[in-house]
Amino acid sequence: MAKVTFNEAICKACGLCVEACPKKLLVIDKSRVNAKGYNVATIPEDKQSECVGCASCAVMCPDCVITVTR
Amino acid sequence: MEKVVFQKSNMLTDAPLHFCPGCSHGIANRLIAECMEELNIDKKNIVGIAPVGCAVFNYNYFDVDMIEAAHGRAPAVATGLKRVLGNDKFVFVYQGDGDLASIGAAEIIHAAARCENISVVFINNGIYGMTGGQMAPTSLLGQKSTTSQKGRDIGRNGYPVKMSEMLAQLDGATYIERVSTHDAANVRKAKQAIKTAFKCQLENKGFSMIEVLSACPTNWGLTPVKAMEHIKNDVIPYYPLGVFADRRNEK
Amino acid sequence: MSKKKLMKGNEAIAEAAIRGGCRYFFGYPITPQNEIPEYMSARLPEVGGCFIQSESEVSAINMVYGAASAGARAMTSSSSPGISLKQEGISYIATAELPCVVINMVRGGPGLGTIFCAQGDYFQATKGGGHGDYHMLVYTPSTIQEAVDLVYEAFDKADQYRVITYILGDATIGQMMEPVLLPEFKDLDKLPKKEWATTGRTDTERHIVNTLEMNPDKLEGMIKHMYHTYDELKKNETRYEEYLCDDAEIILCAYGTVSRIARTAVNKLRAEGMKVGLFRPITVYPFPEEAIGKLSEHNCLKKFLVTELSEGQMIEDVKLAVNGRKPVEFFGRNGGNVMTSEDLMSVVKGEK
Repeated sequence: MAKVTFNEAICKACGLCVEACPKKLLVIDKSRVNAKGYNVATIPEDKQSECVGCASCAVMCPDCVITVTR
Repeated sequence: MEKVVFQKSNMLTDAPLHFCPGCSHGIANRLIAECMEELNIDKKNIVGIAPVGCAVFNYNYFDVDMIEAAHGRAPAVATGLKRVLGNDKFVFVYQGDGDLASIGAAEIIHAAARCENISVVFINNGIYGMTGGQMAPTSLLGQKSTTSQKGRDIGRNGYPVKMSEMLAQLDGATYIERVSTHDAANVRKAKQAIKTAFKCQLENKGFSMIEVLSACPTNWGLTPVKAMEHIKNDVIPYYPLGVFADRRNEK
Repeated sequence: MSKKKLMKGNEAIAEAAIRGGCRYFFGYPITPQNEIPEYMSARLPEVGGCFIQSESEVSAINMVYGAASAGARAMTSSSSPGISLKQEGISYIATAELPCVVINMVRGGPGLGTIFCAQGDYFQATKGGGHGDYHMLVYTPSTIQEAVDLVYEAFDKADQYRVITYILGDATIGQMMEPVLLPEFKDLDKLPKKEWATTGRTDTERHIVNTLEMNPDKLEGMIKHMYHTYDELKKNETRYEEYLCDDAEIILCAYGTVSRIARTAVNKLRAEGMKVGLFRPITVYPFPEEAIGKLSEHNCLKKFLVTELSEGQMIEDVKLAVNGRKPVEFFGRNGGNVMTSEDLMSVVKGEK
């Protein structure tokens, strides 16, 4: 199973990862902000098992927020 | 055993990037780092050159020796540096479009003409970002900026500069390619192009430049996602992607 | 011991630079200094060095910036209009505290001016020239032998203090021929290692050559550090020559080519019984203000006469040093014209 982890502290909520996900699993979590004042990108818990680990989200992230393991 | 599919390159420091949300500079920085790492270039053998503009703080981000150059002069600085260090050391140059295509036009042309054995990554986002969104030499016709408020006008401002096509005319330019960052597939292609350019230097084949079409959501007045769509729909038709010079077999 | 050789100023300077350790030269053609890059282009490859004819003066100085960052002994030369173009890079190099040598064979200005001898770049050389708060160590040779000796030492001083050593020459120094004794080659392997150079990081340390600092306190600290170096220059490197000044009633102040003419005038006036001396700064930054200050306290001294190939630039430093204790008068020529010793004698006698 693929696993995507987010270094939320440096996320800027640009949304490029959300757009890049072929399965549309990622969202910007509007209920949370990091210390910089940005909302953070995440994959909702119930969607995590659907991730195929293609890393397109990480490839598009300008801030190296995302780590993908499989 | 868990396998890492993607993680931050060890060629980068832990400093958080100062770029705006959705800025392609972050992607380009990462690709450079990944390419150096994957080509197994020893950090002790790398010196990078940062430009003036939004990438001015790049010396904070690459975990290697760095020189901060004056506006447009990075290819000249790289020339002096590389001539001293020789081909055992790897020199990469990072420049934006105001830096490379305007104030530093002479420096990049002659570094290419001399076939300096350096690798240049050229970020073309069609705007002066750091100074607040002025018209760049690469701004599209009709593009609004703080110094072309009704849109870039041919009569007043002339035409955008196509650097890859221009430099490709020089026999000294070994490898010139234009790539884009607007989606994951293109970012992966951009990485291959940068790797090709870096290999060019490692094999002592001389000057290479990769032009990276990039987004400046802040100064374009678009969301990061819309900015990427703008590259796809409006920028690439004027700045076509592809290899413009490949003289690796001649060098 | 090697014998004296008759050499043109520019070529002697180029050879002295190589013997002093210069292995990288970047330059662009401009009269009257062309023999320096020409000589370097032929000679540097013979000693394992590198010459590049750059696309512009701006590029040349930035190539020096890159080569100096890598720890090499690098140099550029030019003449007045070309030196103006180099000012951007000079400001960056000074701020990054990179050692290098810059040579200016001054020609007549402003603008394109003329290719003949002049001294109109004094302000540019001593008061900044480029933007911001910085200085260079500025030598003013008056003979080709002196130019050789100063250039030979220039790289050591640049390395020692991490400053730009600047040779403020002129068209005459560059173009005339004189017998010179060339010094021995310096052993580059014996020079102190530049631990700060950007030649690739170590396990523990990353080197950054940079002039950008957005934190005002840190930038102020950087500038204070540079000025601490300039204080050290003032203390240790100020050079000048006093010629027959002890009992002089009139002291001529001149540097470079003009000091030779002034010396002739002093000798002729002494022969006529007049008590005249010559003060010749060898460094004009740091300026020998203390020495001039002391001379101005001589009871026998009536006045200083500053003579330059300009409308009066060094005179400002002389006046600051004299600080009102004695009158400071001026005689200058310009536009490529050079005064004669007779001109100076007439001025001293009050005939002109």
